[in-house]
Amino acid sequence: MSASEIPAVSIKGLRKSFGTLEVLRGIDLEVAYGEVVCVIGPSGSGKSTLLRCINLLEEPTGGSIRVLGVEVTDPNVNIDRVRRHIGMLFQQFNLFGHLSVLDNLTIAQRRVLRRNRAEAVRVARQNLERVGLSDKIDAFPAQLSGGQQQRVAIARSLSMDPAMMLFDEPTSALDPELVGEVLSVMRQLAADGMTMLVVTHEMAFAREVADRVVFMDDGRIIEQGTPTEVLGGPSEERTREFLHRVLEPTKLSSEEFLETARPAGVPEIAVPTSDPHNYGGGVSGVL
Amino acid sequence: MNHPSTASPGPGAAQVVLTTSHRGLGRHQRQRLSRGIQYGIFLLLLAALAFAADWDRLGEAFARLDIAGEMFPDVIVIALRNTLAYTLLAFAFGLVVGLMLALMRLSSVAPYRWFARAYIELFRGLPALLVLFMVGYGIPVAFQDYVFVGGVYGQVMLGLGLMAAAYMAETIRAGIQAVPRGQLEAARTLGMSYPRAMISIVLPQAFRIIIPPMTNEIILLTKDSSLVYVLGVTFAQVELTKFGRDTLNTEANATPLIVVGLMYLVITLPLSQLVRWLELRAGKGRR
Repeated sequence: MSASEIPAVSIKGLRKSFGTLEVLRGIDLEVAYGEVVCVIGPSGSGKSTLLRCINLLEEPTGGSIRVLGVEVTDPNVNIDRVRRHIGMLFQQFNLFGHLSVLDNLTIAQRRVLRRNRAEAVRVARQNLERVGLSDKIDAFPAQLSGGQQQRVAIARSLSMDPAMMLFDEPTSALDPELVGEVLSVMRQLAADGMTMLVVTHEMAFAREVADRVVFMDDGRIIEQGTPTEVLGGPSEERTREFLHRVLEPTKLSSEEFLETARPAGVPEIAVPTSDPHNYGGGVSGVL
Repeated sequence: MNHPSTASPGPGAAQVVLTTSHRGLGRHQRQRLSRGIQYGIFLLLLAALAFAADWDRLGEAFARLDIAGEMFPDVIVIALRNTLAYTLLAFAFGLVVGLMLALMRLSSVAPYRWFARAYIELFRGLPALLVLFMVGYGIPVAFQDYVFVGGVYGQVMLGLGLMAAAYMAETIRAGIQAVPRGQLEAARTLGMSYPRAMISIVLPQAFRIIIPPMTNEIILLTKDSSLVYVLGVTFAQVELTKFGRDTLNTEANATPLIVVGLMYLVITLPLSQLVRWLELRAGKGRR
């Protein structure tokens, strides 16, 4: 990233508390245009909150955030205008249940971007094709598998021609055999040059697709770097512990697991001791 | 791992096999026998009532076809029509005001919430008769030169509508809260303003959820329209119950009550059908 370039996202000293619980304790992060950044870390570390602060789904308690050149932490910001340029994917897909796939993709184009029906439908078809679901255009969300719903959600975001996209654990609610189809669409997006900030537990995806991996724990960024640096040879002990638990869950002895499962400040994780495979699988704690 | 819930039976794992007992009657036989006894008792009770009743006198008092015949066509073209008009006017008023109250109740502006709460507690707690009375006689006293728009129809719309709004507000609020929060977040993320997201995404889904309680509300209103007589109505403004009572008084016979009773069912039964159809249609998009 050259110094003269304006970053897509620039976060300085970001803090966020829910009541007395401090979830983000001073985050500094920049994302350049075209960059793919994966944020990893244990449940309750503040990853999702960080993501949700960027488009103001959560109101930051302190610090500043500039997105696409706009200071979103300015109280007078027109957040709707900023949000239409930032796509967001959720763990629970959040497709509009009362609308068909086509209407899911056209409603914001028409109501927000004021495109006419023909234009909106054209864009919708194009993006459905991009995620490989042209044949589902008349289906309702309830008739689709989780993987298909998430791909429709991606197409819905793309239909707004976003300048960047946020992914909040997009595959955590999916059955294991459906994860691949969503990741492959995301991989294609990255290859097309989309600016992406991805909160994920998919280490293989992070290793392969990310330009940079950010490890968070306890509301702070512990370390960041290229996937090889962070995932291959982490310099921080906490990163090593986390990766060990996530990448080799079957190799944990039960003593070691019980010891490391509850780091200070993360009391809300209920650890199913009989099944370490589940660890990190979508429990987002306070988030 | 030697956790007790481990599936494969190792040494020391308790093996429990349940054997089927064949003593006495089977489960199905017992069920049939007990249900047979219940039906028998019910039929016996019906038969006893039918024998004990004096059918000739009952017919003389409640089912005089000549009296019933004389009630037509006025019972339909005047009374039934007015009952429908009063009900629909009050329902429409209640729906609009109820929706506003529900949104106020969920508002982030505290005074709106207070007002909505106070309104709901007040009008939910007052008898409909009292509210009608206050509208019919209180408003003309307070504003002497004011002539009610629509005359009695306007008074009923306000009198019954004010009360219906309080009930509907709570139902609509529950409906809005039953729509997953992610729906609003997804809509806002696509750049929709809060009102736009409410109108296009949240309310359509909320109203699907509250179809059954709203049917209750309109059926209750149909019956509450029988209170309109306190406003003092002309023959052309008379609704079913008043019409029935007047005829009962002139004929000294209770047949009119049966006739208007059937007329109420003429309204409510198709309504139930309509709602079933609506629910079926709405069910298409459900998760």
